[in-house]
Amino acid sequence: MASDTLYPFGRPHGATNLSPHPYAPRPFVVKGRTQETGDTVTLRLSPQTAGDQLSFRGGQFNMVYVFGVGESAISISGDSGHPEELVHTIRTVGKVTNALTALNPGAVVGIRGPYGRGWPLDSARGRDVVIIAGGLGLPPLRPTLYDIFRQREAFGRVEIIYGARTPKDLVFYEEVQTWRQRTDLRIQTTVDAAGRDWYGDVGVVTTRIPDSRFDPPNTTAFICGPEIMMKLTAQALAQRGVPTDAIWLSMERNMKCALGFCGHCQYGPSFVCRDGPVLPYRTLAPLLAFKEV
Amino acid sequence: MNANGKAATADLVLSHPFFVGLDPTLVAAMSSNAEERTYEVGDMLVREGKAAEEFFLVFEGKIALEVGASDKPGITVETIGRGEILGWSWLVSPHRWRFDARALKPTRVVAINAAAARYALAAHPAFGYHFLMKLLPVIADRLENTRVQLMDIHGV
Repeated sequence: MASDTLYPFGRPHGATNLSPHPYAPRPFVVKGRTQETGDTVTLRLSPQTAGDQLSFRGGQFNMVYVFGVGESAISISGDSGHPEELVHTIRTVGKVTNALTALNPGAVVGIRGPYGRGWPLDSARGRDVVIIAGGLGLPPLRPTLYDIFRQREAFGRVEIIYGARTPKDLVFYEEVQTWRQRTDLRIQTTVDAAGRDWYGDVGVVTTRIPDSRFDPPNTTAFICGPEIMMKLTAQALAQRGVPTDAIWLSMERNMKCALGFCGHCQYGPSFVCRDGPVLPYRTLAPLLAFKEV
Repeated sequence: MNANGKAATADLVLSHPFFVGLDPTLVAAMSSNAEERTYEVGDMLVREGKAAEEFFLVFEGKIALEVGASDKPGITVETIGRGEILGWSWLVSPHRWRFDARALKPTRVVAINAAAARYALAAHPAFGYHFLMKLLPVIADRLENTRVQLMDIHGV
C-alpha cells in the first residue's frame, strides 16, 4: 500500500489507484496505434494486470517508460469516462518519444501516475467555457472536452479555438470534424499558413478571439500549447475582460520524478509536476513576463 | 445603380464596424461610387501587381490573402472575414496590390472606389485624420499578428 512515507510531499491530486511504490511503473500493453500527423502518434493502452486501470482527471499526466530507453511525462488524451483504456498522444521530440511513437500493438510500456492537477472544470460550472489549444495542446484538453460533452447543460457557451502550423499538423482531425456537427459548441480552427486546399482560417489563435461569442466576465478559459502561445492568448483574453483567476494554463517543464522531489520542473515557487501542470494565469503572469525562467 | 440602390449601399457602408464613429456625411461622400458585390468560392477579389483601385468592406464570408511566386503555388498567410476591411494598397503609393485575395466562402463585400476615397481624405483633413486613426490599428494588429506568426507559436 502507498503510504505517506512514500509520498512525503503529498499524494498526486485525485489519484486513487497509485502504484505500490511511487517509482514503480505498472505494465500496460499497447492495444492500438494511430498516426495523427507526420510526427505525432496516439497510443491506446490497457493494463497488463486486470484491475490496474487508472482513474484520472483531464489535464493530468503519466510518466511513460519505454523499457531500456527511458521515461517521459505525457499528458493523458483519452476519456476519463472510459478508464479501461489509457490514451496518450505523443510527438517525436527526443529519444524516449521517438521510441514511444515507434511502438506497435502488443508492445509493453511502464506507466506511473496519474500526476498533477488537472483542469478545474468544477470552477467553470454555470459559466461560458473557452478552450484554446495550440499545436499539440489539444490532447491534454480532450479529456475535459469529453467531460463537458457528458454534462453539457452545466455550462454556458462552449467555444474551442484550435491553431496549428499547417493543416497537416492538426491532430484528431476527423474527431474535430464530428465536433463541428454539434450545435452546442463552436469551433474555430486556424493555421499559420496553408495551401489552396484549406478553407479554414489562417492566422494565430489570438486573431480568432475577437470573433468569439463568450461573455468575458462570465468565462473560464483553459489554454494549452507552447508557452509563448499561452502567454499571448492569456493576455488577449485578460484584455478582453476574462478574469485572470479564471484563465488556466497547462505548463510544461522537464519532469523527472513527478512527485515534487527532484526539482527539475521548478517554475518560480511551484513544482509543475506537483502544483501544476494546470496553473492559474493570475499566478503565472508575473513569471511569464521573464524570459528563460 | 438607381438612387434607392445607392442609398441602400450608403446605409450598408455606414453600418460596417470600420466606419462606426466617423462623420456619416463624409463617409457617404467617400463612398458615393461604392458598389455591393458578391463572390463565389474561388473567385479572385484582387490580384498581386494590379492597380489598387478600390478597397473592400467585408460583410459576409471569408477571404484568403495569398502570396507566392510564379514557380510555386500560392500560400495563404491570413484570412479576413465579416466586419473586417481588406486593402490599404490603394492608400500607399504606387497603389498596387501586394497580394492576391481569393474568396474561401461565398462572400459579400462593398467595394469603395479608391480615387473617391483619396479625394475625400485629402479634401477633409480632419476626416482624413480620423479615418487613418481607424485604419492604423488595423494595420498595427496585422503587423503584430504577423510577428507572432513568425514566432511559431503553434509549434512544439
